[in-house]
Amino acid sequence: MKLTKSIVFALSLGLILVSFAHAGKDLDTVKDKGFIQTGVNGSVFGFGMPDEKGNWAGLDVDTARAVAAAIFGDASKVKFTPLSAQQRFTALQSGEIDILTRNATRTLSRETQLGLNFVTVNYYDGQGFMIAKDAGITSAKQLDGATVCVLPGTTTEQNAADFFRTNKMKWKPVVIESTAELAKTFFAGRCDVLTSDASQLAGARAKAANRDDYVILPEIISKEPLAPAVRHGDDQFRDIVDFSVLAMINAEELGITSKNVDEMLKSTNPAIKRFLGVSAGNGKALGLDEKWAYNIIKQVGNYGEVFEKNVGINTTLGIERGLNALWTNGGLMYSPPFK
Amino acid sequence: MKPEASPAAANTHETKVPFWRDSEKRSIVIQIVALIIVTGVSYYLFTNTQANLARQSIATGFGFLEKEASFEIGESLITYSAADSYAKALLVGALNTLKVAFIGIILTTIIGTLIGIARLSSNWLLSKLAATFIEVMQNIPVLLQLFFWYAIFYESFPSPRQALNPIKGVFLCNRGFIFAVPEAHSAHTVMGWLFVLALIVGWFINRWGHKRQNLTGQPFPAGRITVAAAILLPAFAWLAYGAPTAMDMPALRGFNFQGGVTISPEFAALLLGLVLYTSAFVAEIVRAGIQSIGRGQIEAAMAIALKPSKVLQLVILPQALRVIIPPLTSQMLNLTKNSSLAIAIGYADFVAVANTTINQTGQAIEGVALIMVVYLFFSLSTSIFMNWYNKRMALVER
Repeated sequence: MKLTKSIVFALSLGLILVSFAHAGKDLDTVKDKGFIQTGVNGSVFGFGMPDEKGNWAGLDVDTARAVAAAIFGDASKVKFTPLSAQQRFTALQSGEIDILTRNATRTLSRETQLGLNFVTVNYYDGQGFMIAKDAGITSAKQLDGATVCVLPGTTTEQNAADFFRTNKMKWKPVVIESTAELAKTFFAGRCDVLTSDASQLAGARAKAANRDDYVILPEIISKEPLAPAVRHGDDQFRDIVDFSVLAMINAEELGITSKNVDEMLKSTNPAIKRFLGVSAGNGKALGLDEKWAYNIIKQVGNYGEVFEKNVGINTTLGIERGLNALWTNGGLMYSPPFK
Repeated sequence: MKPEASPAAANTHETKVPFWRDSEKRSIVIQIVALIIVTGVSYYLFTNTQANLARQSIATGFGFLEKEASFEIGESLITYSAADSYAKALLVGALNTLKVAFIGIILTTIIGTLIGIARLSSNWLLSKLAATFIEVMQNIPVLLQLFFWYAIFYESFPSPRQALNPIKGVFLCNRGFIFAVPEAHSAHTVMGWLFVLALIVGWFINRWGHKRQNLTGQPFPAGRITVAAAILLPAFAWLAYGAPTAMDMPALRGFNFQGGVTISPEFAALLLGLVLYTSAFVAEIVRAGIQSIGRGQIEAAMAIALKPSKVLQLVILPQALRVIIPPLTSQMLNLTKNSSLAIAIGYADFVAVANTTINQTGQAIEGVALIMVVYLFFSLSTSIFMNWYNKRMALVER
């Protein structure tokens, strides 16, 4: 009995690791499945969270939809896996998800030690602090002795430690695994300060009942280039994901929106013709249908549209374009030529 | 294979028994084959994992332990800062787990025993209250209980500026339970050592007292003498040092209280949740243990005019413990393992620290291996101690 048990155990363990080993080429796997499995946040408003009808919505969600539109010509061929900050990279490494679009900061160690490839940034963020107005604090430099709510296992935890260390201030972290639970704890007053990426702070505040009682301090203490990521090992798949993000930026540069994309097909501008696949070449080079970029813009929209729809100034988040404006408008969004 | 190895078969039948019919040899062969398979599979798994990690260019090894952790930990028994290594951060986490498990086990045993006895009380109200407590606590998942207690702490207690201040030097707010402690003084070390000394001497007196009682039948109040010594000796030392009374008073400075000792809401909620949940199980175990003792034993004890407390102490408990200890051990292990739910309510236990480490370094396999080793170590240590205690308590035939 013991013997059979141990053999069964060993074999099942073996199977798990073997399946981990032969994940195969990512693009083929995705095409065989017929959909893309993507890792998203699940509880950050405006980036990746189901809306009141249960439909996934957000900037990261739309990024994943763009990739599906590029590969399958159908933006709905995406399945979402909500992941905690701690699960996300392991889920990608092990092949549980195909791409990670979950406000992950690109860093050197993640790129190398974790075996990930980050693609073009889809949101330039930075870490900030949120505090109750009645504390009378106007600068993060006045936070000596504060209790700070922080998510575990993110660059956030390290940045906060670095910031307080550099400024020789004492602090006490309260580290809670779930984003929702953390926000609840902060708004109940367990912590003086909530620290996270500024976009997430805005998201948490938008969901709070007494949102006008809180301010986000002016200091941004870190650079957080949030980018989708794929595993090492399939460069073609990486290129597709990369250029799906870039296509949305390029479309905004070219003035193509989901509304005017059909008219733009008749454009005589060679850059637009190449981009929308009227003049063939780009699709074949990526191993996709020539209409791939057209499908992204038609079904998902250009970067500006997606930004304004999910997090822009007219949403509850009310985030300005800032760093995320096109380079022509003083931002960092810049696409290489599509030729 | 020769038949001599099995003399019984050789003597009765005088024929050669092939080894696959000889159960002893057959089992040896099967065990060798099993060992080869297990070793082979483990070797394959190990090399396969290594190859895969190398293929995905994921770094391996425990070298990361010496790197700077660069993250802060909320509470720590030893001095720790973000500039310390991952190894030290993990040690802080392990000590935090140990702290909650150790205090939790002691409180659980005491509360569980009291409730178990109350459950059997002839007082109707007491017994029904105990029964209700057991049913409620046992049947709500422990994670929910943790969330509940944690929410109680941060939702219903006031902010530090409006902290409750029931007596001087004691504050209660959503940052925790903060109280004054005597300021550090050289007398305290001496008092601590005298206390330990009193306990050691008390143990020897107790042994001697038992021996004397066995020989002469004269009881000796060793317990009372030990308690008296443990209180009086440090007290004399305190007087000898000029009775230092300076207190380290907590005071609200800036955002939080400085000074004194703080029990964080995370620790309190975790401890409370684990203790109440587990003590319900312990209460049932204690009740079962007591009920396993024949009614006649208790009646006999009462017949020789022993007080009810003495009946419990001399007749019931020594016998009941034999039934109680093995399941009690497994409840203690449960408590230790459940303490890993700490991460849900923000207590910096070993799993929480290891998770952060895994995320910052990406060394998931090494990190999870460390978690397993640490819990295995805690559990096996508890187990070994309890088995030793069980052996001591087991029926000794004279």
